[in-house]
Amino acid sequence: MNPILSWALPLALCMLALAMLCTMIRLIKGPSAQDRVLALDCMYLNGMLAMLVLGLIDGSSHYFEAALLIALLGFVGTTAMAKFLLRGEVIE
Amino acid sequence: MTGLVLPMWAEISVAALVLAGAGLALLGSFGLLRLPTFFERVHAPAIIATLGCWCVMWGMVLFFSLRQGELAVFPLLIAVFIAITVPIPTIFLMRASLFRARQMGQDVPPSVSRVVPPGVKDS
Repeated sequence: MNPILSWALPLALCMLALAMLCTMIRLIKGPSAQDRVLALDCMYLNGMLAMLVLGLIDGSSHYFEAALLIALLGFVGTTAMAKFLLRGEVIE
Repeated sequence: MTGLVLPMWAEISVAALVLAGAGLALLGSFGLLRLPTFFERVHAPAIIATLGCWCVMWGMVLFFSLRQGELAVFPLLIAVFIAITVPIPTIFLMRASLFRARQMGQDVPPSVSRVVPPGVKDS
């Protein structure tokens, strides 16, 4: 692998793992339900970025589809949970 | 990793963009952990969805464009998708949180929607 990217990309992956740890602490600690939903949404974003960095390390664009799926499921899941918090039902 | 080796300026640019994106993700998540109330915390992850995501995406565009020898814009699909969709759950979540805070009698601004009492004719 290239000399600069070979240390920069694992470092970026470590930073994203640390970011996911921060959101995990908020997910466990979060005083209210909406804090936990927000932390889960943030964790989806971090996981998507980590998937893209993994794709850069591997040099293949196949991780891109997985990242797109994570982004899509994060949107749907967070919307459904916010709707549940607002009304007590997901679909009325 | 197979294929051609990127030139030096491209490696430095991709590394800087990806590191900036990961650093902004760390910053946003740390803000989510540190800020005191929910209505302050909800602002922190916005920087991941905007600047952090776009930094990583432009790094990917540069990387795959130089590797494949042609312009590869497919990473921008995720960035545009994130930019469109992230405000919607955030607004839902803030409205739900305001609703719950009002229900619990906390000190939040009152609802701006007018409620006409029964028996009063609305002009």
